[in-house]
Amino acid sequence: MTAPVGSTARTLEVRVWRGKEAGRYQSFEVPRQESQTILDVVTYIQRELDHTLAYRYACRVGMCGSCAMTINGKARWTCRTHVTSVGDRLEIAPLANLPVVKDLVTDMAPFFDKWARAKGHFHATQTRRDGFAAVRPDSPQRLQIDAAIECIGCGVCYSSCDVVHWLPEFLGPAALNRAWTLVNDVRDGARVERLAAVAGDAGCHACHTQMTCTERCPKRLQPTAAIAGLKRASLVVALAGAL
Amino acid sequence: MGLARGVGGIRLKSDWRTRNHPAYWAFVVHRASGLALAIFLPFHFWALGQALGGPARLENFLRWADQPLVKAGEVGLVLLLAAHLTGGVRLLMLEFLAWREWQKGLLAVSAGISVLAALAYALNFV
Amino acid sequence: MKVRTQVLLWGAQRYTAMVLVFCVVVHLITIVYATRYGLTAAQILDRTQGNLGWAAFYALFVAAVAVHAAIGMRAILSELLDWRGAALDALLVCGAVGLTLWGWRAVWGVFA
Repeated sequence: MTAPVGSTARTLEVRVWRGKEAGRYQSFEVPRQESQTILDVVTYIQRELDHTLAYRYACRVGMCGSCAMTINGKARWTCRTHVTSVGDRLEIAPLANLPVVKDLVTDMAPFFDKWARAKGHFHATQTRRDGFAAVRPDSPQRLQIDAAIECIGCGVCYSSCDVVHWLPEFLGPAALNRAWTLVNDVRDGARVERLAAVAGDAGCHACHTQMTCTERCPKRLQPTAAIAGLKRASLVVALAGAL
Repeated sequence: MGLARGVGGIRLKSDWRTRNHPAYWAFVVHRASGLALAIFLPFHFWALGQALGGPARLENFLRWADQPLVKAGEVGLVLLLAAHLTGGVRLLMLEFLAWREWQKGLLAVSAGISVLAALAYALNFV
Repeated sequence: MKVRTQVLLWGAQRYTAMVLVFCVVVHLITIVYATRYGLTAAQILDRTQGNLGWAAFYALFVAAVAVHAAIGMRAILSELLDWRGAALDALLVCGAVGLTLWGWRAVWGVFA
């Protein structure tokens, strides 16, 4: 719902989630400014109206991903969401699919635990004595990596995925996307172990190409494409008997 | 936002607003059509198995199936089958071919072909 | 179930999907043809009975759809009913075998 052009509404009606998983929406009236982000709104509420509101942010300029929340049902970065793109009536809640610490703050530990379970870290095979690895920037694998490497771990995709909700053990789009960048890294020494970690019922094969992750990613990444790549790569390894 | 019980306790879940986009609708159509077709299949095999009793038995069934409501149901089934087929081809392309932007248009193409197939079947009765 | 088996199940479902694309297109064309020309049961059976080629086609169709549907149902049941494990897998294997035999019975009736 977008505000009409030249809206004369002076205040915003804002409902904010209070509590943990069990909780309620609390209503506030917030003065409308000419240029205002959702983060501005939440900050105003916490500073001027209710000091007990808990929320998280850091850079406030769209670089860190800390301020991600659910705005009118969709996971977004609050610092990069203008009020005009949402409307006069705001519903602000914490990210879905994660435990709630308090109000708008979620526990990101499960998200990063799955990152580790998907072996989302580089395994070196050389030392400083071995010289530089030569990787052409236009090689097909490097292009695949470039398309997926900009993830900052904000949790928007994870929060938007139905499969994460249905299957709590599902690794999720971000962890799988990061694993894909490493599967394509010719310097990495753990390709088969990583494919074994990301394949199967709790991994890439549980993805049903709903593409909400790709739809919502603030960095315009395509986790669905990365997951499709993992499906192909793991099938090859499984058929070769190496998985 | 709604509550949902899952492993590890209650978690807040997202609602329809974030699911309201074409690729998600495609998923719903694909899953619903697949489930409906899977449930239909045993009945389909039973009906064709009537042939075991000779042409007359099968003819009985075909004439029963001539009723307008049954014919309408058959058009629906063809639509479901065509939708599941074309949606499935779209998925096979997304999963097995390199990712390309034009693949988003596959959704429209697949919907169009489904409707055409159902029309071809339905128009036999006009 | 081992990860390798899960990956191969996914592969089997996609592989049978490709087989089914071919089978379903052929089937849709034949069905539209049969209804357009208002074929009676006797006329249909006249063309199908003793036809080994078509019998083989439909026997393959039945087997492919049984595998494809069973693996698809596995995803639906585990996600929507929170059901996992050996019991579910055993039920689906029985379902796939049962559907295959039930379908081959119909193929026998139409093509034998």
